[in-house]
Amino acid sequence: MKKTIKIALAGNPNSGKTTIFNNLTGSHQHVGNWPGVTVEKKEGSFAFNGFKVDVVDLPGTYSLSAYSIDERIARDFLLKENPDLVVAVIDTSNLERNLYLVAQLLELGTKVILDLNMMDLVENRGMKIDTEKLSRILGVAIAETVAHKGKGMEKIKEIIVEQAKEGKQSFFKIDYGEDIEKTINRLIKFLKEKRINIDYPLRWFVIKLLEGDAEILRKVKNLPQGETILNIITESVAKLEKHLGYDLETALVEKRYGYLKGLVEECTARHYTLEERLSISDKIDRVVTNKFIGIPLFLVLMWLTFQLIFTVGSPVANLIDSFFGWFAEVTSKGLINIGAPEWISSLISDGVISGVGSVLVFLPNILLLFVTISLLEDSGYMARAAFVMDRLMHALGLHGKSFIPLILGFGCNIPGIMATRTLESKKDRIITILVNPLMSCSARLPIYILFAGAFFGKNQGFVIFSLYLMGIVLAIIMARIFKTIFFKHEVAPLIMELPPYRLPQAKSVVIHMWERGSLFLKKAGGIILAGVIIIWFLSSFPPGVEYASQESLIGRLGSVFAPLLSPAGFGFWQAAVALGFGILAKEVVVGTLGTLYGTGETGLKDAILHHFTPLSAYSFMVMSLIYIPCIASIATIKRETNLRWTFLAVGYSLILGWIMAVIIYQVGRVFLRLL
Amino acid sequence: MIPLSMVNPGKRVQIIEIKGGRGIVSKLSNMGFYPGAIIEVISNRNGPLIVAKENMRLGLGFGMAHRILVRILN
Repeated sequence: MKKTIKIALAGNPNSGKTTIFNNLTGSHQHVGNWPGVTVEKKEGSFAFNGFKVDVVDLPGTYSLSAYSIDERIARDFLLKENPDLVVAVIDTSNLERNLYLVAQLLELGTKVILDLNMMDLVENRGMKIDTEKLSRILGVAIAETVAHKGKGMEKIKEIIVEQAKEGKQSFFKIDYGEDIEKTINRLIKFLKEKRINIDYPLRWFVIKLLEGDAEILRKVKNLPQGETILNIITESVAKLEKHLGYDLETALVEKRYGYLKGLVEECTARHYTLEERLSISDKIDRVVTNKFIGIPLFLVLMWLTFQLIFTVGSPVANLIDSFFGWFAEVTSKGLINIGAPEWISSLISDGVISGVGSVLVFLPNILLLFVTISLLEDSGYMARAAFVMDRLMHALGLHGKSFIPLILGFGCNIPGIMATRTLESKKDRIITILVNPLMSCSARLPIYILFAGAFFGKNQGFVIFSLYLMGIVLAIIMARIFKTIFFKHEVAPLIMELPPYRLPQAKSVVIHMWERGSLFLKKAGGIILAGVIIIWFLSSFPPGVEYASQESLIGRLGSVFAPLLSPAGFGFWQAAVALGFGILAKEVVVGTLGTLYGTGETGLKDAILHHFTPLSAYSFMVMSLIYIPCIASIATIKRETNLRWTFLAVGYSLILGWIMAVIIYQVGRVFLRLL
Repeated sequence: MIPLSMVNPGKRVQIIEIKGGRGIVSKLSNMGFYPGAIIEVISNRNGPLIVAKENMRLGLGFGMAHRILVRILN
């Protein structure tokens, strides 16, 4: 017996796989209460009784047929990687549907452990499950867990190790009825006679062929006698369908569910009444998804989010700001006192502290933003927002589900772009990726807070809200345009599970907040720090030039591009440099301004008040919102699509950003003159 | 037999037929919404619908719901 065991966690979306994964391996992978949180496979491991267990967490899937990229990742792993065993994580409150995937795994001959998760929900409802019987009929070991409370974890580790030591999965078979069974057996016999060599159990292979599984059909086609086999399959399917009166795939699904229905009835005792089924979730949904209340409610929630971010976040941000101001001064004086050369003192205080500090100031606001996103995800509202928006999105040529990647984009565009993997249609997916950078991510927030705080005082919340809204509206318009130009197709219809509402767990919210927060800090110590140091050097050279003056290297560089920006109202070199370096990471826009203006006692805010007007501040924020995604986003777009779409994403955003900033500045100027 | 989109909330129905591309029919079937399955309409107000099977709540676009033919049970 080898000492390393390889297992996979598989199950329906939102059944708690990632929570189990985190509990088993001590990882902190992101969880949330909506289907499709995990779109990549995640790997981890734990040790138990002298064994090392490698765990792979798979994206959720309803069946072994794949319709979207995340489901394909799960299917490919289960079919090709041959894990020692698969832990099927089951949402026990939805037993029948969750067992469907299990039945398919068992037909495939996979060694399975059944993990009845969310047992608390079931027990609360007074439902009893005869696990012994279930285990006997399916021929699998069963573990019971309540993952979000960490219950049952030791036991499941024990079962995993114990089962991995034992031999093969016992044979499992669903009876598809006389007619279908006859055909299955005939085809098995035929394949045996032909001595066809395949990696899968013959019976499963034949069933998949009858179901018309595209990938398996392709595989057969490449076999030496592929054409002959395919002809026989087509013939058999046609014959069966004629006999059954409807299509065979549906018949197979129905038989499987029929079997599972019987199984569930046999193994459970239900005590709850009919009325109880209309749960609290349904009552909330009647309000939240109401035709007239749904969209306004979403907007109100968004507006409240901004109020929270400012009223709670800004006072703390101001404290940090004063701290860095004081710190830069003290450091600068201290360094000179101990006899350090002036350029070192300047690098540390003007460059590093003013530059990175000006970005770090916004940590409280960013943490609060991620708290609210986490609440949206964990409560279950996320899926409803997509549901409510479906009609509007549809009218605009997008899919309701596209709304989730867009909301995630408010946190960071990269997970937003990744989340499009749950979309079934490739065209919907590309459009959603292309417009995702228009969602104001948290990196843009420091720019907004800095400028709105300096110029719009009490109305800053409203001003920033308008920028977020502008992003959404532009995304919708651009999606419409892309669709007309590139894809003239019907949008795939909305089919989406709505998970029950849950009270968000404080622990999960804090973990999520901290993860995003530490990512922000790492960015500040990495790319942002590097950016401001480069800017400091470019500002200090050639030797003898006044720091951060127009004669410095960076001043000359910025002056080349500045004229292009003057129609938008900020045609000075500092703005051009800030936007240019902002492509590294959008926070660098603020960091650059901090480095360039941070000298002296006036502080960044005063410097900005001196250079911008309220109108040019607004057009600058609009430009920052729209122009060119950050490098990391560009790389993600490239990975998820191809070079052509990546060029388009960069190109259109630059042009659109410039046009919008110019329109706002020029129209605003005319308007102000009229007043 | 009427389209699911026209069923009032609170009704229990049996799915008779799903009209649509192979992918859609197959996806719905695999989720437990196959011809013959009994489901309940939770809400339906001219927009997307919410339907229930067991403890599962499924949101369906109006267009999709229009292509699911059902028989009312109660």
